Parts: sequence; structure tokens; C-alpha cells
Amino acid sequence: MRSYILRRFLHLIPILLGISLLSFFVIQLAPGNFLTLMKADPQVSKQKIAEMERKFGLDRPWPVQYGLWLKNIVLHFDFGYSFANKRPVGALIRERLANTLLLSLTAMVLAWGLALPLGIISAVRQYSWIDKLSSFFAFLGLSIPSVFFALLMILFAAKTGWFPIGGMESLDYDSLGFWGKVGDRLHHLALPALVLGTGPMAGHMRQMRGNLLDVLRMDYVTTARSKGLSESKVILRHAVRNAINPLITIFGYSLASLLSGAFLVEVVMAWPGLGRLTVDALFARDLYLVMGGVVMAATILIISNLIADIMLALADPRITYS
Amino acid sequence: MTSIITGAVAPMELPAELEAAEQIARPPQSPWGIFWREFKKSPVALAGGAILAVFYLGALFAPFLAPYGMESQSRELSWAPPTRIHFIDAEGRLHGRPFVYGHRMVSLAAKRYAEDQSVVFPIRFLPRGEPYRLLGVRLDRHVFGVDQPGRIFLFGADLYGRDTFSRILYGSRISLTVGILGIAISFTFGLLLGGIAGFFGGVTDTIMMRLTEVLMSIPGLYLILALRSVFPDDMPSDRMYMAIVGILSLIVWASLSRIIRGMVLSIRQNEFVTAARALGMNRLRIIVRHILPNTLSFTIVAATISVPGYILGEVALSFLGVGIQEPQASWGLMLSQAQNVSVLQRFSWVLAPGYFIFITVLAFNFLGDGLRDALDPRKVR
Repeated sequence: MRSYILRRFLHLIPILLGISLLSFFVIQLAPGNFLTLMKADPQVSKQKIAEMERKFGLDRPWPVQYGLWLKNIVLHFDFGYSFANKRPVGALIRERLANTLLLSLTAMVLAWGLALPLGIISAVRQYSWIDKLSSFFAFLGLSIPSVFFALLMILFAAKTGWFPIGGMESLDYDSLGFWGKVGDRLHHLALPALVLGTGPMAGHMRQMRGNLLDVLRMDYVTTARSKGLSESKVILRHAVRNAINPLITIFGYSLASLLSGAFLVEVVMAWPGLGRLTVDALFARDLYLVMGGVVMAATILIISNLIADIMLALADPRITYS
Repeated sequence: MTSIITGAVAPMELPAELEAAEQIARPPQSPWGIFWREFKKSPVALAGGAILAVFYLGALFAPFLAPYGMESQSRELSWAPPTRIHFIDAEGRLHGRPFVYGHRMVSLAAKRYAEDQSVVFPIRFLPRGEPYRLLGVRLDRHVFGVDQPGRIFLFGADLYGRDTFSRILYGSRISLTVGILGIAISFTFGLLLGGIAGFFGGVTDTIMMRLTEVLMSIPGLYLILALRSVFPDDMPSDRMYMAIVGILSLIVWASLSRIIRGMVLSIRQNEFVTAARALGMNRLRIIVRHILPNTLSFTIVAATISVPGYILGEVALSFLGVGIQEPQASWGLMLSQAQNVSVLQRFSWVLAPGYFIFITVLAFNFLGDGLRDALDPRKVR
């Protein structure tokens, strides 16, 4: 197991190199030279440009630039400088990544917190009104485009005034006490997390329902019933435990898909996350910021997939990795 | 009595009631017969298919069905609300033909309009309007419309006073075809390259799989946007359309060819492949004629459920302002007007294309679900 994990980690290195090389190449293909763009910007000091040229070889061919970019990351953990934001890329990404993770994790908690109980109830009460209703909403939830859903929620917030329209904190955020800050943050989180979490919630719910229905037909469930256990014990102790196993792997992958899904929600609902940062950077042709954003997003995706695989290996003794 | 090949019953040899029993016991067994029999069982899948048929016909006949052209503006009616259709006029008289009233500006600044009840515009069937070309024929009849200067906006108007309903119809020509064209491209490449990688293995396989791994490790929209930045911002609409289809196909291609490769790896172990090889068949021909057809039921379902991905990709790009450009219409581009909260709040009909996107995605999911059930080979029949 340990050697499997180690091997998977080593495997990350060529993939990340491939991703960064591909994105560097693609961005170089884009029309418009950002060096001239930057030199034309009076707000970027000559000194800074000279420093960047020395450090990143901005006037050299792109393979050299890529090599220098990589060297700076490996040796100094320096991701370069964002010309549009006038700040180092590393700090910017750290800050925005935290916001994206906050949004994704909240959506995840929401999705799983609702999906599991609803899935269990739908399976236990198959074909009851609650099953039919949740199946119906699951289909809607799986199909609603996040852009459209986000716009509907903004409209809802604007019409009722119950929720803030976009953004992450109120204007008076800094003057609030600790609990005020938590409350304000949650208030802003509610709608984006709902938009982001609905699709996964619907998916997990259907999955839970299907798994549990399969398990309920098993002989050991009949055995448990016939030895006189209460129905709640049969379901929670015997059936759900087995039905939940396949969902453990989805747990890891769901984080990965939430991170990609967060992109559009962030842009539409003005949540200052990594997706928004990368879009703005792309429009501004802010090379190092785009690179940092793409590579960071890919890293998280790969790591969550890795976690999913490891969790699967831990959860299911039948799977061996040698 | 029964022909092994066709399953048909020779009528002369059986009494009528026995013949009927025989037919019930032996329904048609051709693959398409089985498929259709199973598919019919799912009303939602049929409904999904029917909705899509209506939408795609709507896209095909857009210029005829739309009362106005895609770019036809009436600036004095900026953000006019959906026009109400009446049967009974202000004096309480019943009209045989439904009609609309004229528009009267209430507030220019707030873009508020009221009905001008002094003028009545009956809704005409097949009136002459803006000329257009449909399937190569020059026509000027539209399915419905009102006389000038009346205007009928079923779903309201946008900033330039363009009819949202007409633009949704024209926009569907882009938004709905992106997916069809996209799967045609990505499935051709995905099947072929996945098949080759799985069949030949070795270096080809390794290179392909590493490449797809890299492509799949970048979260979808980040990759789409990075690739989009390669193209200039101000491309003509038709080339932009092709660029979008190409980018989206590249992304779907990666995951698809990995799955196909896996399937080919197991199919090539079959004896019929060995037999074909022993007969000296060309290897590409073995892949195309013997191996890939075995992935068909998967491919059909996967194609159906991947269409929404393309539609949403186009929506995302156009919504972000880097996809289809004005004055063209596409559902994502039309929806991007709703990014302005005050517009969204006052003129909520800007969301109309959103409902169409939603219904389309829902219909494809319904259809895909029905196809999956109908094509499932493990299902007991």
C-alpha cells in the first residue's frame, strides 16, 4: 500500500510537467505579446521589468522561458509576478485558492449532508411520494446548467433581499466580531454553495438510493430481519454500511468535479476564487497568473483523484495494489 | 414452422389462435426491434426524444417560425416586456382572431411600457415579412406576425428591441448544433484513436494515454479557456463557431478514447479477432469492422449524454464573452445580458434562453437514460 501511494506520488511529477508544458505552449500561441503590453503600462516600473527579464528571460524563446519558470518554482517556490494585480502570483493564488476550497467544501458538505439521508429514505420507502418527489428533483438538479441556476439565484436574492447579491463579504465585514464574521461569510456562501452543490447532491442521492436498493435484496438483510432485529437496526447497521462503500470513492472524485464546477459559479456569482482569478488573468494576458491558476487547479484535481483511489483501496479489502 | 433467420411464422400451417400465441411468444428479434420495444417502455425517454425533435426542427425552420429576423431591431422598444395576446378588447368585444395592442412608452428612463389600447393588431397567419433563405429557397412568409407598426414579442425584447423569441430560434441553430457536430468529430477521433491505442498497445498506446492523462488532469473550463485564448478575440462568427466546436471536441475526445481503449483491450482477446487476423485481414479493417461495432451500444449512450456538455461549453464561452459574438445569436450570448443585476431584476425575461438550455439538457438526459436501459445487453428480456 505504501509503495503504491509513493508510486502514485512520483507519477504526479511527469503529469504536472506535461500540464505546465502544454499550458505554457498554448499561452505562447495566443496572439498579443504581453511583454510589450507590460512595457506600455506606466504603472509597471522599469526596475520590475528588468528584474523579470533577468529572472524569467521574457525576451528569450519560449522553451527557455518555460525552463526558467520551472527553475524558479522548484528552487525558490516563486511562481512569478502578476502584472495586472502588481503582486506575486504565489500569494494571489494562495488567497484565492482558499476561497475556492471554502466554497467547494461547503457545497460538498451540503451535497453529502442532504444526499445520504434522502437517498436512504427514498430506497427504504421506494415508490412513496417522497421517493418520487426526490427522484424528480434529482433529475432537475442533475440537468440544470449552473450558469442558469446561478442567475436564477441572483434574481431570487435581488427580488427578496434575503441574500447578498454576489461577493464574499459585506462592506462592514472588518468591523464585525468573530461570530458576526462567521455569520456574514455563511450568508454570502449560502447561494453559491447551493448552486454548486445541487448537481452533486442529486447524483449522490440517486447513487445512494440505487446501492441501498441492491443491498436490501441481499440474503444477509433477510437474515437480519428474521432474527428479529428492529427495522431501523437492519437498515442502519446492516444495509447502509454496505451500501455506502461505493460512495467512498465518489467522495474523492466529487471534490475534483466541484473544483471544476466552481469555476462558473465563481464567475457568475462574483465569488473571488481561483476560477475568477484565472479568467481575469486570461483576459489581461497575465501570463504567470494564468499558468499558476491552471497548474494549481490541475494539481488539486490530481490530488483529489489520488485521494479517491487511496480511499477506495482502504475501504475495499478486495482491491490490492502492489 | 418458424424460420430461424427471420422469425416469421408461415401463416398457412397454423390455426389462427395458435398463430396469435406464437406471435406473442416470439416478438421481432432484430436488434432494432428489441431496442425499439425496450425504448418504448420509458415514457420520459420518449418525451425527451420528442422535445428534442421539436427543438431541432425549430432550429432548422428558424427563419420561418420566427416573426422577425435575427438582427431586426426596434430601438424605441428597448427592453419591451413580453407582449400579451388578447381575445377580448377593452370594450369587451370578442375578436375571432387573437390580437395584440400597440406599445406606449410610460417611462423612457426606466424602460417601462404599457399597452396602447387604441390600436389593435390582429395576429396574422403566414404574413409577409422580412425575406430569408430556407433550404436554398428565397421566402418571405413567416408562420405568424402582426402588421407594422405593431410588434409581437412573445418573450419580450432585449436592449436593442430585438425579439427574444426570434433570437432564441436563430440561436438554437448554433447552440443545438455545437453538440451534434462536436460528437461527430470527437467520436470519430475517439473511436479511431482509442481503437488503435487499445489494439496495437506499445509505444502508440503509451504516448496516447499520457497525452489524454494530461488533458484530463486540467479542470474542464480552465483548459477550454486556455485553448480559447489561442484564437483572436475578434474572429468572424463562423470561424469562432468552428473553433468552439474544435476545442470542446478535443476535451471530450480525451476521456472517450480512454474508455474505448479499455473496451478494445478486452474485445481483442475474443476469438473472432484472432480469426480475422489469421485470415490475414488488414489491421485497421479489423479495428473498424470487427472491434469498434462491439462498442456501439456504449457509444450511442455516451454520445447522447455528452451532447449537453458541448451545449454548456458553448454557453459558458459565449457567456464569458469569448464565444459567439454579437450580432449573432446564441443561447449563451443572450444569457450573458443577465450578468447585469439591474437588468436581470427589471427585465427577467432575459433568462428565457436559460429555460431552453435547461429543457434541452434535461431532454438529452432523459433520452440518454432511456437509451441506456434499452441497449443494456445484460437486461433480461
